[in-house]
Amino acid sequence: MIALSIRKLDVWFGSDRDRVDAVKDASFEVADGESFGLVGESGSGKSTILKAITGLAPTWSGEITVEGQPLQGGTRNRAFYKTVQMVFQDPYASLHPRHTVDQVLSETLYLHGLAGIDKRVEALLSDVGLGGRFRFRYPHQLSGGQRQRVAIARALAGEPDILLLDEPTSALDVSVQAEILNLLTDLRDEHNLTYLMVSHDLPVIGHMCDRLAVMKDGEIVEVMAADDLRNNTASHPYSQSLLKASAAG
Amino acid sequence: MSDATAPDLTWREWLLTDAPTSRRHARLANFYQGWLSLRANSMAMFGLGILVALLLVAMLAPFLSPYDPYVQSLGNRLQPIGAEGHLLGTDSLGRDILSRLIYGSRITLYIVALVALIAPVAGLLVGTVAGYVGGWTDTVLMRITDIFLAFPRLVLALAFVAALGAGIENAVLAISLTAWPPYARIARAETLTIRSADYISAIRLQGAGALRIITKHIWPLCISSLIVRVTLDMAGIILAAAGLGFLGLGAQPPSPEWGAMISEGRRFILDHWWVATVPGLAIFTVSLAFNLLGDGLRDVLDPKDGGE
Repeated sequence: MIALSIRKLDVWFGSDRDRVDAVKDASFEVADGESFGLVGESGSGKSTILKAITGLAPTWSGEITVEGQPLQGGTRNRAFYKTVQMVFQDPYASLHPRHTVDQVLSETLYLHGLAGIDKRVEALLSDVGLGGRFRFRYPHQLSGGQRQRVAIARALAGEPDILLLDEPTSALDVSVQAEILNLLTDLRDEHNLTYLMVSHDLPVIGHMCDRLAVMKDGEIVEVMAADDLRNNTASHPYSQSLLKASAAG
Repeated sequence: MSDATAPDLTWREWLLTDAPTSRRHARLANFYQGWLSLRANSMAMFGLGILVALLLVAMLAPFLSPYDPYVQSLGNRLQPIGAEGHLLGTDSLGRDILSRLIYGSRITLYIVALVALIAPVAGLLVGTVAGYVGGWTDTVLMRITDIFLAFPRLVLALAFVAALGAGIENAVLAISLTAWPPYARIARAETLTIRSADYISAIRLQGAGALRIITKHIWPLCISSLIVRVTLDMAGIILAAAGLGFLGLGAQPPSPEWGAMISEGRRFILDHWWVATVPGLAIFTVSLAFNLLGDGLRDVLDPKDGGE
């Protein structure tokens, strides 16, 4: 089954002379349970695709379907929020500075209309490897990695099927990155999640994803299997140069 | 309570913990941190001390004042400061100035409290809605704000009081009516920076509606800067109330409102300077106290330099 399908997607910002086309004619499909990567330099439009899916970038044309349901413009219904959730890039910016971990998770659970909030908050925290002693802390009392774990717990609170990951480790220390990536891998196995992951870090994508799309200047230049990435057998010249740059770095 | 949660902790350690154990604990600990940094600011504590004293004086007025503030004694009029039985002298009708000052603190606090309740709340509502909803709502609300801002403050208050009649309640309404637009401006500016933050996007992705986002996510971040602004504006509010009283449009005689007292003493200012000066000093002291406290609160509450 197809979890997420994107066909001829154009996303733009502004209008007329100020119009910037961030994504041009992008098409790909993510199968149920698959982990799909989007790679490219910054400004290549990979995060914009996530924004279009979540409705945060309402000016797009083309076709986006989530589990067979087509999406419209910038409005999303409750069923969408229960199916698709997102983990943001910067955990320092994605948690409300005046809300405790408990408030963040309880409110999310409440919004999804789930019962037994108290128990679920504890379960979510242990799911992401945070003990109960973190429950009543404010974000400024947490490290970057711990914050990102809270953000992941929030995304998982509504028991979604699809998780959009917007460079979930790029704002973290290298030592913490691996922990978060392993956590994401484990969670995917436990909850049968579908991942759409954006990153500019090829090794991360190679580690996490089954297939990936390479983006350049708003266009998808190549969709390939992660094995091709590992074996260095990209066909498009731009992908090859990305691979080479990554190997050199 | 501290014994139940952690037997070997003192209250202080319990409040300074990095790992709170309950919702209330987290809130208390956060509050205590703020209190500690406010306490470190001696000028702010000085201001707070004056205001607490003012509050106590207002509460205990009947016990503190040596005379009834309304009782006249024409044989005893215009006694100087330090006269026997009248520490701060008497006014033109022989009323004890100290007693009137003490009872007047009630009126001052009443005005300040009412304005502080009305103006920032109205400004917060208008500003956050305008900032978050945007578009036409924003344009309409902010142009209305501009119109109110463009009126000279005291003149608008004067017109309002003239239309509704003189009195403390109308003075409060008039001052509030002219005081809310700056709050709306601040709240809107804050909202514009907050609304595009990731944590607002995140809660929108959980299906939260505009009402919930504004009240639960944007307000808590706007309120601190508004509180600071209110305390800094308090001086102006007291002065505006005193000004209306002075012009005879606020509190009416024989009410011991400080501005009205100055107005009465004006006639004798050359020969009997203390009649107008003493209430003037009271206004000055309270205004200064609010300013000092506001300055300290800004250091504590401003999220921009919260070190986070």
